[in-house]
Amino acid sequence: MRQQQFEAENQSRWDEIADLMDDLQRPQGKRQMPLPEQLKFPAYYRQLCSHYALARGRGFSPALIEQLHSLVLRGHSLLYRQQGGWRWRLLNFVVSGFPRAVRRSRGYFALSLLFFLLPALLMGLGCYLQEDLIYTLVDEITVAQMEDSYDPENQRLGRSLERSSETDFTMFGFYILNNIGIGFRTFASGIIIGVGTLFILLFNGLVIGGIAGHLTRLGYHDTFWPFVSGHGSFELTAIVICGAAGLRLGRAVIAPGQRTRVQALKEQAEEALQLVLGAALMLLVAAFIEAFWSSMLIEPATKYIIAALLWVAVICYLLLAGRRLHEPR
Amino acid sequence: MLAETPQGDAVAQLDTLLSYEIPEGVLLDYRLAGPVVRACAWAIDAALRGVIYLVLVLVMTLLGGVGMAIILIGVFLVEWFYPVVFEISSGATPGKRAMGILVIQDNGTPVSPSASVIRNLLRTVDFLPLLYATGLLTMLINREFKRLGDLAAGTLVVYRDEQRTRELPPQATASKPPVELTESEQLTLLTFAERGEKLSRDRRHELAELLAELTGLRGDAAVNRLYAYANWILKGR
Repeated sequence: MRQQQFEAENQSRWDEIADLMDDLQRPQGKRQMPLPEQLKFPAYYRQLCSHYALARGRGFSPALIEQLHSLVLRGHSLLYRQQGGWRWRLLNFVVSGFPRAVRRSRGYFALSLLFFLLPALLMGLGCYLQEDLIYTLVDEITVAQMEDSYDPENQRLGRSLERSSETDFTMFGFYILNNIGIGFRTFASGIIIGVGTLFILLFNGLVIGGIAGHLTRLGYHDTFWPFVSGHGSFELTAIVICGAAGLRLGRAVIAPGQRTRVQALKEQAEEALQLVLGAALMLLVAAFIEAFWSSMLIEPATKYIIAALLWVAVICYLLLAGRRLHEPR
Repeated sequence: MLAETPQGDAVAQLDTLLSYEIPEGVLLDYRLAGPVVRACAWAIDAALRGVIYLVLVLVMTLLGGVGMAIILIGVFLVEWFYPVVFEISSGATPGKRAMGILVIQDNGTPVSPSASVIRNLLRTVDFLPLLYATGLLTMLINREFKRLGDLAAGTLVVYRDEQRTRELPPQATASKPPVELTESEQLTLLTFAERGEKLSRDRRHELAELLAELTGLRGDAAVNRLYAYANWILKGR
């Protein structure tokens, strides 16, 4: 068959497909063609592909091939797009997808926890026992600020921890910007053979542990611990989960197994993303608790009880939510 | 599945064309976007983000503490999710759109939400130590101009396929070529006929006169004769 005959026979079909694709590109509510017409698209698309293959195979003119190619290109991206259902997916993710993903990553989680908790405990103990140790890690001005804001003397004067509700909102914004940012960086820097993630975990562990030890040594425990214990449940757990996600990237680069590095990286990133997004949601909750609950001046005993409940809730959520009777291990 | 040259030519072309075989069994060609055009797109986006920050700060400082919170959350969202929002909705940020490029999956489908999030979270590593040095280096050592984020997300940045009106070869009475032509020779003639009118007159003559031995003609007459051959290839008698 000659090119011109081929074109004459099929041009109307190509125009039809182009019109249909214009219509399909509109949002679902605004399409003009009736549903049965829309449903013809896959069949039309396959026909289009075979015309394109024919045109290429028979050496028809480049301009015709290009015209068909751009039609196929549009059709391909229309047919294979993902759309809709995100509310349901989000709910599903929170209720079961995320805790399951964390349990699937328990090894990475354990390693991440180790690199965070061990330095925190050691540095905490060190700073509790020895006065100067904190200055090896944090500069004097920051330490002075920390001491100032948790000093019980200041608190009695009503100056420090009690804040206006406007400040609460500001701090909420700040915690989101800062903490979720740290979470994302903890994940992303895992691609540097995992070293970036481990460094961030280690550093944060040292600083957090060191400051806690230092303030406890100064006898500020009644102001410090009630403040941090509540949101710590969500915040610290989420950072460790981001660490686990980063270690997955590192694993793909170091030990891709029976895959190419790029393939392993893609698979691990897909899995790690669930951890990061879930952790970001947890950090959002933590920011909320930290800004509006932790800053309230209430009896430490009440704060500790709520904190204990929050810790139990986080642990139970991660261990139990979305568990089926026979969860694949 | 990735073929190195688009049409299996004998000579491998040095080109930024990437072919992908789709499930329907045909090859799709994508023109990859290189570091320069992507840097331009990024600069446009950076300027736009600067404007967003400016407006955000100017408006929200009027609102006191709550306004401050909105600024901080706004900065967080723009810093991490500005590209994601645009990539999911249309495949390209305003900067990419202005440069005529877009993000797709490396199987040719539109970029998925999760891939978009991955590639944009990893931006922070690609940026290291400054101004996307890591990203640039990674782009230069792989075939598809992928930065680390693209590698992990399985995405490509390609040129948008612009909708061109098709050039029809000039109409001429068909005339059979005096010798039997191979398929690639026929294709060359067709290409000449379709693109001839875009070339300068002198260049057209120059090209047509390469076949002076065959046509025995020069100048416009030679060009028209080749058009006639092309028409014969298209229509037959």
